[in-house]
Amino acid sequence: MDLALQLLFTGIGIGAVYALVALGFVLIFRATNVVNFAQGEFSMVAAYLMVVAVEAGLPYWAAFIVALLGMALLGVVFNLGVYYPLRHRTYLPVIIATIGASILMANSVLAIYGPQPQVLEGWFETPGIQVGPVYLDSQYLLIIGVTICLVIFNFWFFEKTLLGKKLQATSQDKEMASLLGISVSTMIMITFIYSAVLGGLAGILVAPVLFVSIQMGSTIALKAFAATIIGGFGDVAGAIIGGLALGVIETFGAAYISVPYKDGFAFLVLIAFLIFRPQGIFGERVAEKA
Amino acid sequence: MSAPSDNMPIPAPAIHSKPLLVRHLPYFIGAAVLVVVAANMNFDGYVHNILLQATTFAIAVFGLSVVLGLCGQINLAQAAFFGLGAYAVGIGTTDLHVSFWLCLVGGSVISMLAGAFLGMSTLRLGGHYLAMVTISFQQIVTLVMINAIWLTHGPDGVSNIKRPDLFQTSQSYLAFCVAMLAIVGYLVWHLPDTKLGRAMRAVRDNELAAGVNGIDVFRTKIYAFALCALLGGLAGGLFAGGFAYVSPDQFSFAESIVFLTMSLLGGVASPIGSTIGTGLLILIPEWLRFLKSVPGLYLAIYGLFVILIIRFMPDGIWGFVADAFTRWRAKIKTPPAANALQLKPATIGGDTVLEVTGLSKHFGGLKAVDGVDIAVKRGGVHALIGPNGSGKTTTLNVLSGLYVATAGKIVLDGTDITHMPPHQRTASGLGRTFQNIRLFRSMTALENVEIGAERPGNTMVGKGDDALTERAMEALTFVGLGSRANELISSFSYGHQRLIEIARALASNPTLLLLDEPAAGLNSTEKLELHELLKRIAAQGLTILIIDHDMTLVSEAAQHITVLNFGRRIADGESMAVLRHPDVVSAYLGSE
Repeated sequence: MDLALQLLFTGIGIGAVYALVALGFVLIFRATNVVNFAQGEFSMVAAYLMVVAVEAGLPYWAAFIVALLGMALLGVVFNLGVYYPLRHRTYLPVIIATIGASILMANSVLAIYGPQPQVLEGWFETPGIQVGPVYLDSQYLLIIGVTICLVIFNFWFFEKTLLGKKLQATSQDKEMASLLGISVSTMIMITFIYSAVLGGLAGILVAPVLFVSIQMGSTIALKAFAATIIGGFGDVAGAIIGGLALGVIETFGAAYISVPYKDGFAFLVLIAFLIFRPQGIFGERVAEKA
Repeated sequence: MSAPSDNMPIPAPAIHSKPLLVRHLPYFIGAAVLVVVAANMNFDGYVHNILLQATTFAIAVFGLSVVLGLCGQINLAQAAFFGLGAYAVGIGTTDLHVSFWLCLVGGSVISMLAGAFLGMSTLRLGGHYLAMVTISFQQIVTLVMINAIWLTHGPDGVSNIKRPDLFQTSQSYLAFCVAMLAIVGYLVWHLPDTKLGRAMRAVRDNELAAGVNGIDVFRTKIYAFALCALLGGLAGGLFAGGFAYVSPDQFSFAESIVFLTMSLLGGVASPIGSTIGTGLLILIPEWLRFLKSVPGLYLAIYGLFVILIIRFMPDGIWGFVADAFTRWRAKIKTPPAANALQLKPATIGGDTVLEVTGLSKHFGGLKAVDGVDIAVKRGGVHALIGPNGSGKTTTLNVLSGLYVATAGKIVLDGTDITHMPPHQRTASGLGRTFQNIRLFRSMTALENVEIGAERPGNTMVGKGDDALTERAMEALTFVGLGSRANELISSFSYGHQRLIEIARALASNPTLLLLDEPAAGLNSTEKLELHELLKRIAAQGLTILIIDHDMTLVSEAAQHITVLNFGRRIADGESMAVLRHPDVVSAYLGSE
């Protein structure tokens, strides 16, 4: 029982990371109707930026700001270089281009940094606290805390601010939004910046728990994508709940079934959902208009 | 539906073409020369390895040209399927002492089944699901190759893989692989002109239109995906025999990206493009070996390549050449059809061709169609009219199966089609056109109409490609576009595209033709021509159910009118009487 509680905590912590990246997926999908297959690489690049900035001697908080600014810039470059030129094409070329971008990012970092995984210190001096039978790792606590704050922020931002409403309008009907004087290309740019920063944040938060490696991006992205399907594709609440669920499933699977195949559980859950409930927990089936 | 016995025998096709194998003889002679060269040239080991790699990789890339180029579905796990085939030969010929041939076939079949399973779980959903699921599958296969040491020897890989006794020397084995490449290449090259290939292209161009033209979209995608996986497995098996050693890193996600890049660079739609792309991407890195000294640099450049190709050269190198060829082919006039188009609508049910009772379609709380009854009598033109938003197009979409009815029953010529998917309704004799034209844009007018003629159960088409072409030409000639059969859809005017859509439906010899606002966007001359065309169709006994806003057209063409408003039927009966009906007048003009 104690072990189960401990695993539950760890699972929620790692699941929160998947949820953050999944949120980035969903935001871009809603704004552009394409899945950004380089979303995971945003996390990886941010973690490396953080390592570089800390090694350069910046204080942790300053390194954090520098890394997030770097991600915002990457979001701009990504939109202009990958998505924007293809915005009038079908989804397939866009998917392929984002996959190309993901390969480009991962291997550029590999070429610059080499294959050795890097280590990033956690934010806190104290490693964690013992509460009854469960040891609460401080970094996991931070991840969970940040995720809760971001969920609240997202709700406020999209429902209560004018910019958030403009973004929603753009994602629902681009033509109508542009007729109402909303600059669609600006809104899409903002979406890319925001989801790059979101993905980056997830990468920086999870970096002290995992190693900082080239593979971390694609691993996180796959889990996050599975999370979005479990939750219901395109649904914000679904992405978060799906992410948490996946983190817990995976942690328990690794503890009770098999460690080497830990990364396979997400796939099995994904296939099961695709076969039995493709619309996810919260999703609705939609039909193309004839 | 089975053929009514009074159907006329099919006239012998007028086009006498030479048998396919004779026409393609130059290809086989060329391939044979290549095989002989490969068997007799004395390559040094390095060149031999490069040729062997290029040959086996090209077969795997052919698979991508089927799934991505022909069918428009993505596969990011081709290296995994390649790996399944390679490990089957590796483990089979060493640890299990099974014959090479059995392993090669077994590995291909395992790959194909894995591909079919992945496809069945995902292909009903959008393309991004497939991309992610194939990446996941790729990761799983890699995990198993590394961790299931009892089976795969783990990271050490399998060595001393056997070759068949017949091809023990590396010379003869290379020749064997070249022969396999030539055979597979021929099949893939010929595939687009077969029924399955046309179905794949139709699915790629427009899934909805493919469905209502009698193509089982889901099954077609699964075939494409399974075929791709099969070729991947076959290529992997040949690769394993050639190099005698396999290890997990040869079949990683990065290799899947390499396959994808090869396919995109050469031109995704053709095996020639695949071969060019594979050759280039195996040779270029050999020339630029220094790039490999920095880990990652080489793949980073591939990633950049992918982005640039997609943006600036979406059809690849071969796409340029093929494009020129298509334009040249458009200038060839096809001989006109030997016979006039015959429409012999099936007559199985009674007087009523289409019997709709209590049909409803609700979207959440919105009752777009609410308890509508329509009875379409055999022969003649029946119109379905109503103001904007009255539920006409929704009704048509429920009739053709694009929407599932919330309640009610649809009987077509004695068959209950209420619960059938679109392609089965088409097979049962339903033909339709779309308000916003849905043609297969990358194909010629003739190919579009051929897909219509290929409707399962079409009794008006004889066996063989020539009969199919003849039927399609008859339909195109019927609408007056026979001389432009070989032009691409994009070179036709809007009005002519509409006629091609009607020809596509007519070629299938439907029992009932649904026309969704055929006059929309036509000028007055074109409208007159359309009216003439409708008369000629009706004269052959085909029943038409038409939706349109053009009251002149409707009142002149239709003998019977059903009027919808707010999803309900407000009037039904003989044309003139209905148009004078007070409810109809007030629905259109407002009441006082």
